[in-house]
Amino acid sequence: MTLLTPELKAAVGRQLPPLRAEVTRREIRKYSAATGQRLQRFIDGDEAPPMFLFGLFMPVLPRDQLKADGLPPDTGLVPELPLPRVMAGGTEQNWYRGIFPGDVLVSRQILVDLFEKQGSQGPLIFAVVENRIETEQGDPVMTERVTRIAR
Amino acid sequence: MKFRELAIGDALPERHFRPDEVQLFMYNAAIWNPHRIHYDYPYTTGVEGHPGIVIDGPLQGDYLTQLVLDWADERADLVSFSYSNRKASYLGETLYVRGHIVAIDTVSGEVELEVAVLDEAGEILTPGVARVRFRDTAP
Repeated sequence: MTLLTPELKAAVGRQLPPLRAEVTRREIRKYSAATGQRLQRFIDGDEAPPMFLFGLFMPVLPRDQLKADGLPPDTGLVPELPLPRVMAGGTEQNWYRGIFPGDVLVSRQILVDLFEKQGSQGPLIFAVVENRIETEQGDPVMTERVTRIAR
Repeated sequence: MKFRELAIGDALPERHFRPDEVQLFMYNAAIWNPHRIHYDYPYTTGVEGHPGIVIDGPLQGDYLTQLVLDWADERADLVSFSYSNRKASYLGETLYVRGHIVAIDTVSGEVELEVAVLDEAGEILTPGVARVRFRDTAP
């Protein structure tokens, strides 16, 4: 039995409008203090720690647009899946350059895969989103693939 | 230590982290994450059914990159990094971050590291793999 209908599979290739964000020394310094960084270049904000990117493109919404759990509404990139429990799968990143104050970065997210496997306790659906981070000039910074698993 | 002196099995200097309420608040403020499971105890335990305030998964990913980059310092650049949050961890727990060398490519200067965040019982919460490329591979 397949849970992934042709309608769901048709969502593969769907993408979100690109997001743009500026990197500032102050934001890097806050992130470095918040995470206990030890390298002076991170503490001083001369360069950003790699995982700084996780927050850079977080949506900034007014309170009344957030859900009851505090999160922003889903982007709709991954369609609603016919299995109730969604877990984080994994994150795989390739790095091409560091992140520095003054950088203007662009994020492009695309749903690249949706597939099904039989797990030991029932079916699993894997949704893979690719996130490409580039400079405004188009130079690659980081590409990641984030997998969500529904069971 | 120079690139030529590295050996498979070499351990990275271990770190441990014990985020408290203030540290977790600072992290979620810095990344602009309003998810209540990271600061609202009655909601997190009562509505979401967790035993305590949840330590962010990506924060554990950050701890893994710190382990690698503190060790690499100016000698090497991050080429790739992957991690997976397998098990939740909660405020009040001490997280241990460890890693060791699993592969060395003497041609490209790339070193592969297996890394992990573990709980106090030694169970792996967040495994990961990182590759760094050494800038100077001369003997």
